[in-house]
Amino acid sequence: MKTTLKANAVWLGVMILGFVVIDAAEFAGLVNTFIENMLVTIGINVILATGLNLIIGFSGQFSLGHAGFMAIGAYATGIITQSIATPLGFYLSMIVGIFVAIIAALIVGIPTLRLRGDYLAIATMGAAEIIRILINNLKITNGAAGLFNIPALASWATVYTIMCVTTIVTVNFIHSRGGRAVMSVREDEIAAEAMGINTTRWKLAAFVFGAATAAIGGSLHAAYIQTIAPSDFNIMASIAILIIVVLGGVGSITGTFVAAIVLGALDTILQNFGTLRMIIYSLALILIMIFKPTGLLGNWELSFKRLNHHKEVSAHE
Amino acid sequence: MQTIGQQLINGLSLGSIYALLALGYTMVYGIIKLINFAHGDIYMLGAFWGYYVINVLHVNFIVALLSAMVFCALVGVVIEAIAYRPLRHSPRITALITAIGVSFLLENGMSYLFTANTRNFPQVIKTVTWHFAGMRISNIQVLILVTACLLMLILELIIKKTKMGKAMRAVSVDPTAAQLVGINLNHTISFTFALGSAMAGAAGVLIGLYYNSIDPLMGMTPGIKAFVAAVIGGIGSVPGASLGGFIIGLLETAVQAIGLSAYKDAVVYVVLIVILLVLPAGIFGKNVKEKV
Repeated sequence: MKTTLKANAVWLGVMILGFVVIDAAEFAGLVNTFIENMLVTIGINVILATGLNLIIGFSGQFSLGHAGFMAIGAYATGIITQSIATPLGFYLSMIVGIFVAIIAALIVGIPTLRLRGDYLAIATMGAAEIIRILINNLKITNGAAGLFNIPALASWATVYTIMCVTTIVTVNFIHSRGGRAVMSVREDEIAAEAMGINTTRWKLAAFVFGAATAAIGGSLHAAYIQTIAPSDFNIMASIAILIIVVLGGVGSITGTFVAAIVLGALDTILQNFGTLRMIIYSLALILIMIFKPTGLLGNWELSFKRLNHHKEVSAHE
Repeated sequence: MQTIGQQLINGLSLGSIYALLALGYTMVYGIIKLINFAHGDIYMLGAFWGYYVINVLHVNFIVALLSAMVFCALVGVVIEAIAYRPLRHSPRITALITAIGVSFLLENGMSYLFTANTRNFPQVIKTVTWHFAGMRISNIQVLILVTACLLMLILELIIKKTKMGKAMRAVSVDPTAAQLVGINLNHTISFTFALGSAMAGAAGVLIGLYYNSIDPLMGMTPGIKAFVAAVIGGIGSVPGASLGGFIIGLLETAVQAIGLSAYKDAVVYVVLIVILLVLPAGIFGKNVKEKV
């Protein structure tokens, strides 16, 4: 318990340091709008991909419908902040988005999580598409045109802070009793069941948790970009999040951070290449997968707790 | 009654295109357990090949169809050899991401080389519409249906009657055991990709003729729907894929006919989820019991 608290305190320090560094860079004029946009995109992608990594990497369930839950969060913010354009309204909309996403995740998850592997992937993809098509045809969401002029209620600092909070909560969940139950389901479902773990419940818990973080990411996306349309949340959007998770290493939160930063930077650099951009991007994707099939970091994790532990062990010897 | 008949014909023609595409998905999945996301783009390549040979070389329909099938078979084999073979023993999700990468590459490569514009497919066969009992049937629809059924029949014969087909079935049951009895794994997998891609190429030329327009991103949505068709039919099963394709085609036209065309994709996914919940392995899929 003490080491956990210590590790969390160290991480908090790292996060505050990161905030100060970005703030100083902003103050010194090193960060223009272009780079700020990149940083915010990276932050939102980290939130989304961490949630998906919990589902795919830690509970071992292959979900291809993350963008559907993101859409719920984005539209909750888009609709609510248009009538309550205050920061309070923004956080209220985020909570509403999380709630709706949790309900949707329960509706989708309870029946489909019985399916396995690729069948689950295709069912969740279908569910996300159903959500998108509903949004596309509803009056309140303004149909295919989407919502625009959403009040700008999320600065880079909001995104950064929320990214830190969701990451700390997710990592602590993974290291809790529940997290170990979730991982045991990934390793061997039958063995986990034999040990008395309610596998369906923990699979659902991870799925709902991931959906809630996706809704948070969607809220931030809507409030920062200020324009959303149903086509922003199609299958390709789900796949983009999946790519971050797999590229970083399935089951490594550190890897998710690295992959989100690498892809964000790559995307910004490739802006200069115009139409060649997507060709280079896809070639890079194929080559990384062929030469590093487990992702950039595999399941390696940067852990201060472990570093600390190593030190203590060597001190005792 | 007439509308139902009319929609039935429209649905069957659309369904046969989905069925041709679904066959490629189901065979590849059956043999290496990979969702080949690039399959829809091979269908796009087939359509573009047909467009160019008809416009530039002025060949007739049969030549265009057959050459597109050969071309797509080659593309499929090359993609498998370069992108999927090195990953055969990696986690499956890695191979899936690679397939998505190949799909992006084909889509954007084609957009870059030939621009992303939509173009009109040359009408090599003059459309003749027959009126029959109040229904309109065009010769293109008949052609699509007949060609698709013929190709499916040939495929079934290849899989059931030839030595290579037997090898394919053996590899899909157990790759290691198949190698032990002297089956060349690489040749068999390449052959599977060739067959599946040839079907996709044929579907590409047929859809060009039917819808009259092609563009580099045309493979995305039909690709996903064809995969859904393969899953509904029971992935890995060849007759299942054909049946699934026809179900999706009929369903889509039926939903459109009752005036809910905005929801036609949603209905397809609802049916998918319902079928998976009732029959977790699809209609013709084998339900494998899990052993400890």
